[in-house]
Amino acid sequence: MAAENVQAVSVGVPAGVEEGGDSSPEVNVGRRYLLIGATAALTGVGGMFAAVPFVKSWVPSAKARAAGAPIRVDISRLKPGEILGPIPAWRGQPVFIVARDQAAVERLKEDNPDLADPASENPERQPDYARNPWRSREAEVGVYLGICTHLGCSPKYHGEVKPEGFDPDWQGGFFCPCHGSRFDLAGRVVKGVPAPDNLDVPPYSYESDTVIVIGIDEENA
Amino acid sequence: MAEGNARPAGRLSRLMAWLDERMPLTETIEYHATKYYAPKNFNFWYYFGILATVVLALQLVTGIWLTMSYVPSGDGAFASVEYIMRDVEYGWLLRYLHSTGASAFFVVVYLHMFRALAYGSYRKPRELLWLIGMGIYLVLMAEGFFGYLLPWGNMSYWGAQVIVSLFGAIPIVGPDLMEWVRGDFLMSEITLNRFFALHVVALPLALVALVFVHIVALHHVGSNNPDGIDIKANKDASGKPLDGIPFHPYYTVHDFRATVVFLFLFCAVVFFAPEMAGYFIEKPNFEQANPLKTPELIAPVWYYTPFYSMLRAATFPFLGLAAKFWGLVVMGAAILLPATLPWLDRSPVRSMRYKGLASKLMLTLFVISFFVLGYLGTIHPTPVATAIAQVCTVIYFAYFVLMPWYTRVEKTKTPPERVT
Repeated sequence: MAAENVQAVSVGVPAGVEEGGDSSPEVNVGRRYLLIGATAALTGVGGMFAAVPFVKSWVPSAKARAAGAPIRVDISRLKPGEILGPIPAWRGQPVFIVARDQAAVERLKEDNPDLADPASENPERQPDYARNPWRSREAEVGVYLGICTHLGCSPKYHGEVKPEGFDPDWQGGFFCPCHGSRFDLAGRVVKGVPAPDNLDVPPYSYESDTVIVIGIDEENA
Repeated sequence: MAEGNARPAGRLSRLMAWLDERMPLTETIEYHATKYYAPKNFNFWYYFGILATVVLALQLVTGIWLTMSYVPSGDGAFASVEYIMRDVEYGWLLRYLHSTGASAFFVVVYLHMFRALAYGSYRKPRELLWLIGMGIYLVLMAEGFFGYLLPWGNMSYWGAQVIVSLFGAIPIVGPDLMEWVRGDFLMSEITLNRFFALHVVALPLALVALVFVHIVALHHVGSNNPDGIDIKANKDASGKPLDGIPFHPYYTVHDFRATVVFLFLFCAVVFFAPEMAGYFIEKPNFEQANPLKTPELIAPVWYYTPFYSMLRAATFPFLGLAAKFWGLVVMGAAILLPATLPWLDRSPVRSMRYKGLASKLMLTLFVISFFVLGYLGTIHPTPVATAIAQVCTVIYFAYFVLMPWYTRVEKTKTPPERVT
């Protein structure tokens, strides 16, 4: 059987042999490798194109994107010092709407050396209109994504100024129970905790004095 | 089997002859069992390979049965697990066999891997065998992770959220990659569905294929033994290793006994402590997934906690990159580093029996640090706990990184010619 194969090869190949510096008079090895290489390369390219639908099918579907549409939130009953949330308000993720009293607003204005990014210098974490000491459009009302920038747990609201187990000198803010990250009332991260960044501020705008639309900036509303 | 039999061929041997003409059945049985010569000095540590295979079979069977009643949807998943537990006949047993089986799988695989560390089973010519085994271990970790989301309890949800968020630590592509893995802006039914597909179809196929090539590679190079010496070096006139005995019936009988003992212990857990005080099934998982409420303490199931500890032990930024990125790097390196063992070990001997004091000390420290890290991963990260985790992480890495040095300089004993 093996002998037959060898014979078949040596009979079939010479017809395709070309002139040129080839080691074997019967088999053009260079041509054979070129053809194998070209076929393999083309198969590889084709394989990559064929992989596109499989890879693409994993991105958020049209339905998932539609479910992430902007949401209206009525804040008329939110009193200073209170919090609305976590509510599934931006792409289904938990959002905190914090109403700050005047004392809290004043505290946020003070320089705090414990904060990692007090001036909100990382532009990816908030829209430009939230690059202020309150990280919000209005000083009294803050809108923050309730997802810790460490590993995505949802921090808990500890709004009062009082000694806490995790910080005896607590000035009010958010505490993540998973890995102990702490944020102030403007979602600014404290130095030396696992979370590397301030809490995200989702794009939002005011439809009226008491209705916030989360997911739409004024610019493209 | 058929040849050399003086009696007229019976029905069975005629059937075998018919089969043998059409496929290499007898040949395969002889190659892998009746004429596969395993070293005669196997000890306790050599049971865990076969036990891992037993657990794999158990997981496949119970998994198929669970799939018959499970509903992979956001509204239906948690309820269907409760339905399995309460309304399906023996559903509670199937589920507890499967959830306990997951833990048992890791118990036997960790013991199996420890055996390889102790007796140098990863050394030449078994490097590929070791790499295939590492592949099995990685697939197993992924399989366990995807499976843990399926009950759609609150710990399932947030545990998966934390692990998927790890991808977010990769610079530049991280956030997009995270969205791609989840298929949504948060962990959702869409994520649940794809994890289900991976858990019940893709990874089991990969696992079975890898186990198959693991065994093929093992039977090609032959089993190592507690003395770490080559039994093929001493053969009798007919070419059989003098220190080898046929796998079947000698070791099949041993392994059968081990399987019975194992199943006794396994069933004791299944019937009396299936949740294992929150280590096998965590308490927050009896509450449905809630995207707005994180459990007080996120801890992975025990078999991931050593690596989770190392992830949390990276607490400071380095080279301008955030601590959480380094946590990911440390964890990834800790999982992948054992794959390089065949090239790290420079000792002239394989087995710990003949290695020097340094190797013995390092292996002991390594095992202790692995246990301590495993425990620390289940508790809140206090500053003291984090400091201990950092020390243990250094020991874990030192075991590997210093191995080329300490295996070369230490004084070793000369192994015997024949197995003891």
